[in-house]
Amino acid sequence: MSLSIAFLLAMTFLISVGGLALLVWALANDQFGMGQQAAETIFAPGEVGEVEDPATPSAARAVMQNARKAAHQASDSEELFERTIADQSSRMPVLFWLSSSMVWLLLGSVFGVIASIKLHLPDWLVQEAVLTFGRIRPAHLNVVAYGWASMAGVGVGLWLIPRLFKTALVGGHYAIAGGLIWNAGLIFGTAAILAGLSDGLEWLEFPWQTDIALVIGGALAAVPLILTLIKKRVGHLYVSAWYLIAALVWFPMLFVTANIPNLFVGVDQAMLNWWFAHNVLGLWMTPLGLAAAYYFIPKIIGKPIRSYGLSLIGFWALALFYSQVGLHHLIGGPVPTWAVTISIVHSVMMVIPVIAVAVNHHMTMLGSFRLMLYSPTLRFVVLGAMMYTFASVQGSMEALRSVNTITHFTHYTVAHAHMGLYGFLSFVLFGSVYFILPRLLDWEWPHAWAISLHFWLVFVGWGIYFWPLTLGGWLQGLAMLDPARSFMESVS
Amino acid sequence: MTRAIGIIAAAAIILLFATLMIVIMPSMQTQSRSHPSEGLKPYSEQALRGRAVYVSLGCVYCHSQQPRDPAQAPDGIRGWGRPSVPGDYSYDNPHLLGSMRTGPDLLNIGARQPSVDWHLAHLYNPRAMVPGSTMPAYPFLFEVMEEKSASDVELKLPEAFSPGHRLIAKPDALDLVQYLRELDRTYSVKVIPTLDKSAPAATEAQP
Repeated sequence: MSLSIAFLLAMTFLISVGGLALLVWALANDQFGMGQQAAETIFAPGEVGEVEDPATPSAARAVMQNARKAAHQASDSEELFERTIADQSSRMPVLFWLSSSMVWLLLGSVFGVIASIKLHLPDWLVQEAVLTFGRIRPAHLNVVAYGWASMAGVGVGLWLIPRLFKTALVGGHYAIAGGLIWNAGLIFGTAAILAGLSDGLEWLEFPWQTDIALVIGGALAAVPLILTLIKKRVGHLYVSAWYLIAALVWFPMLFVTANIPNLFVGVDQAMLNWWFAHNVLGLWMTPLGLAAAYYFIPKIIGKPIRSYGLSLIGFWALALFYSQVGLHHLIGGPVPTWAVTISIVHSVMMVIPVIAVAVNHHMTMLGSFRLMLYSPTLRFVVLGAMMYTFASVQGSMEALRSVNTITHFTHYTVAHAHMGLYGFLSFVLFGSVYFILPRLLDWEWPHAWAISLHFWLVFVGWGIYFWPLTLGGWLQGLAMLDPARSFMESVS
Repeated sequence: MTRAIGIIAAAAIILLFATLMIVIMPSMQTQSRSHPSEGLKPYSEQALRGRAVYVSLGCVYCHSQQPRDPAQAPDGIRGWGRPSVPGDYSYDNPHLLGSMRTGPDLLNIGARQPSVDWHLAHLYNPRAMVPGSTMPAYPFLFEVMEEKSASDVELKLPEAFSPGHRLIAKPDALDLVQYLRELDRTYSVKVIPTLDKSAPAATEAQP
C-alpha cells in the first residue's frame, strides 16, 4: 500500500510539473491566441451572419434570416461553390453509414421495448432461451451503441470532414468497405448474444472473434479522415476536428485492449470492464456528439462560437478527466478504495469541461433561441446540447459516494444512461441527419410536419422514459438501503 | 498536420496514463489471478458449466455478486454476506460483479439456499417460490418426463403451480443450480475493506 501511495504522490508531482510546462509552452507559442479568428474557420469569408439550414423550407428560412437580424456581407461565392462540391463528395459513404444506423436504430428499439415489457411481465415470451430478458437486454445495448450511435456518429463525422478541412473527401470507398465489415460484425455479434454466446462483460458482449470485424471496419472508416487531413485546405483545425481525430485514436485503443481475452480475471477484469464501458461513452460517443454540436449550432445560426479558447480548454479537460471516471461504477465494490476515489474525483472534475462546452453551446445561442421555432435541426441539436449539460452534471453528482450509495444497482442509473445516449447523443445525431441529407442529395425534405412530429414524439417519449425511471430508481435505492424493508419492496 | 499529430499523440498518452491509474496500478495491488482468498475453493467442472449457463442467460443483468460494506448498505443484514474482497473472485472469468439489483445479490446464494429442489422450482417459475417475484421464468430448462431413469431429477412444484404433467431438469438446469450452490464466500478473510475508518466496524453491524 505504501508503495502505491508513494507512486501516486510521485505521479501527481510529475504530472503537475508536466502540465505547468505544457501551459507555459502553450502560452509562449500562442496556442490559445488564435481566439475568435479560429472560431470563424467554419465560415466562408463574409458568411458570418448568414443562417444555413437546409432542413427548413426556403420561406421559413427567410423568416429565420430575418429573425437573426444580422447583417452579412456577400459571401465568397467561389468558396461556397467549392463547398457544394465538397458536400457531395462524401455522398456514398455517409449515406451507407447513416442508412445502416437507421436500420440498427429500429432493431435496437424493438429489443428495448421487448426488454422493457419483460420487466413488467416476467412470464411473457419465456418459452425460448433466445427471447429471455438476459439476452434481449444486451442485444438492445449493443445494437443501439455500436449499430445506431456509432454508425450514425461515424456517418456524421465523415460528412463533417470535407466541411472542416474545406476539401473533397479523399478515400471514401475505404469507409464504404469499412461500413460493410462493421455491419457484418454487428450481425454476427447480435446473433451470438441471442444464441447465448456472449462474452459476459457488459458493453463487451460480442465474442472477440466478431470484435475483429469491428476493429477492421472502424480502421477502414478512419482512412478518409487521415487522407483528407493530409489534403486539407484550411489553416486552422476547428475544434470539431479535434474531437473527431481524438475519438478515432481512443476508440481502437479502448476496444482492442478491453476485448483481448483472458487479459485479467476477477476484480481486475471488472476494473478493465468499467474503464472501457465509461470511456466508450466519454471518449468515443461524446466526442462524436460534441463535434457535431460544435459545428451545427454556430453554422445554422451564422454566429461563431462564443469563446474559441474555452472550447480547446474544454477539449483537453474532457480528455484528462473523462478518461479516469470508469471506476465510479464499482463504488462499494471489492476494488482498492484509492482507485475508486480517483474516479470519483475525476467525475466531479468533469464539471470543468462541461461548463466550457455549455458556455460555448448555450451562450452562442443567446439571442437566437427564437430560431429554434423555425429550424428543426436547431431544435434537435440545441436541446441535445442542453441534455449533455444536464446529463454530465447529473453524472458528476451520481459519482459522489453519498448519492451513489442510493442510486447504484438501481434503475436510476439506467435512466441516466438513456439521458446521455438518447437525450444528448441521439438528439444531436437526429438534428445532424436532418441537416446533412438535403445537402448530400441536393434535395429538400418533403414533409416538414413529419420532422416536427418526430421531434415531439422523441421529446415526449424521452420525458415518459426518463422522469419516472429516475424517480422510481431513487425510491428503489432508498428501499434497498432500509434494512426494515424487505428486498422485494425495492423491486416491486 | 503538425497540430493533428500533436492531438493524436497527446490523446493517446492521456488515455494510457488513465489506464495506468485506474486499471494497471490497482490490479497490481489486488492481483486477482494469483492471490485467491484462503478459504476459496475452485469451481467444480459442473459448476463451471453452470457458470457458462449463467453468463449465456444474462443473469448478471439483474443480479450483482458484490455485497457492500455494512457502513454503506445493509447488504449483510439482508443475508447477502460480508463485504467481498478481491481474493473472492480469483476463479471468476468472465467476472460477474454486476451493476444491477433487480434481484438480490448472489455471491453467497449457495450458503443461504443450498436446496436443489428449491432452485429448480424457482427457475421453472420464480413466483411459485417467491410471491411477487419479477424474475423471468425459465421453462426451457426443463422437459416433459417420458419415463424416469435413475439419473433424472424431477421438478417438484407446489400443487397450485403444477403444469399438470411431470417434468425433469435438463443438464443446463442442473449445472446452473450446481454453480449457484457453489456460490459461497462465507469463509472469513483477514482484510475486510472498510469504507470509512470512523464508521462502525464491520462486526457491529452484522446480525
